Amino acid sequence: MTKKELMDKNEINRALKRIAHEIIERNKGTENLCLVGIQKGGVLLAKRLASIIESIENRVIDVGMLDITFYRDDIHTSMKQPVVKKTEIPCSIDDKTVVLVDDVLFTGRSIRAAMDALIDFGRPAMIQLAVLIDRGHRQLPIRPDFVGKNIPTAFDEHIEVELKEDGKDDRVLLIKSKKRKKNIK
Amino acid sequence: MLRSKDLLGIKDLTPEEILYILDTASNFKDVLKRDIKKVPPLRGKTMVSLFFEPSTRTRTSFSLAAKRLSADVVNFSVSTSSVVKGESLQDTALTIQSLGADFVVIRHSASGVPYYLSRILDISVINAGDGANEHPTQALLDLFTIQSHKKRIKGLTVAIIGDIAHSRVAKSNIYGLTKLGANVRVIAPPTLMPVEIEKLGIEVYHSVEEGIKDADVVMTLRLQLERQAKGFLPSLEEYFNLYGLTPERLRLAKKDAIVMHPGPMNRGVEISSEVADGPQSVILEQVTNGIAVRMAVLYLLGVRK
Repeated sequence: MTKKELMDKNEINRALKRIAHEIIERNKGTENLCLVGIQKGGVLLAKRLASIIESIENRVIDVGMLDITFYRDDIHTSMKQPVVKKTEIPCSIDDKTVVLVDDVLFTGRSIRAAMDALIDFGRPAMIQLAVLIDRGHRQLPIRPDFVGKNIPTAFDEHIEVELKEDGKDDRVLLIKSKKRKKNIK
Repeated sequence: MLRSKDLLGIKDLTPEEILYILDTASNFKDVLKRDIKKVPPLRGKTMVSLFFEPSTRTRTSFSLAAKRLSADVVNFSVSTSSVVKGESLQDTALTIQSLGADFVVIRHSASGVPYYLSRILDISVINAGDGANEHPTQALLDLFTIQSHKKRIKGLTVAIIGDIAHSRVAKSNIYGLTKLGANVRVIAPPTLMPVEIEKLGIEVYHSVEEGIKDADVVMTLRLQLERQAKGFLPSLEEYFNLYGLTPERLRLAKKDAIVMHPGPMNRGVEISSEVADGPQSVILEQVTNGIAVRMAVLYLLGVRK
């Protein structure tokens, strides 16, 4: 197994700041805006994005978290036992612009599940997607609105986003395993 | 990680498995609070319930749990089925499997029937009560209810009052509570107390006043009127006088003790209405939690493969 650092603390910070500005610009402010992080990597990033946006706009933003385990399409084929995490949508999402936040965009299946999960909570006016890393290999017609960094990868590589809230240094790693392992996120 | 394809009893579960089910159930409890109380993970799966004994809450609870998970549900009513034509239990079960069911939820008056079926069927068998053996989902929902009020199970003192001898609810709760580190006391007249039950690592009392003292949780059991024909008790009035849970007796437990009952209640026999409807009662909450816990069981068994 080999590890390669793709982004460090400063690069992650800059990417998040840029995405925050882009979200504000695209939506012409933050009225009607709600950020929803996908468990687990997206939740911390959504909180960080919200606090950056709040410091720019001087206005509190609603931040939610969404667990997509019940909506996944690989639950009967994957070998792992599911660990379900908290879902918490703090506001009505009806007629809001909801920005889904995730750490890594890969096949797009998590985002499909997240959209299905979200729609059970209401009818947003619009759903947008912000990701820190887009690594390609889409299996569904899904495209991000805001991207921290595009990183071309091989299908069997793995990307790990480590954040200081988890007790690690902020960084993004590319992991190549020697064994060929099918790794569908 | 659940090791077995079936849920036959709490006795077979590890503490980790019990906690895993309880953790998963808490997420389902959140789902039940939403406007849309349905999630899709068991789409295309089928649950068949096969009840050889009467039940309203357990069967309804299992059906709702399966429906909230988007599974299809068939309630197999024994009185109108081929069982009355003399079909054997094994043939009935194999027929249900061949009809394409993924789960069979069974209640039977004979202990061990779910275990027997689990050996001959490839699909998941869930015990909804077998004789005086076990009623695992009731214990899981009781553990879940205790945990959500007390934030822990370990170290709590739980007093179980009633017909311990005939109670599968008591049995499953004793296994679950002791596995998770609670101190369990059982309280019953000698005729309704199984011999050597203290070997399960619990304390035996014959006086409510002594057994209930400083308890964190007081669990009363239904006096199984249908099983009292053998003269275990002089009269129901005497039982209430000596073992009924009254406000006076409840005052001997801890001030913040919760009162539980698996239902259906015989008011004025094992519990007074003042206690059943009082501020310490969590009896109706147990019913709600039952759906969340059964969703967790179906879900975790359903996604095992």
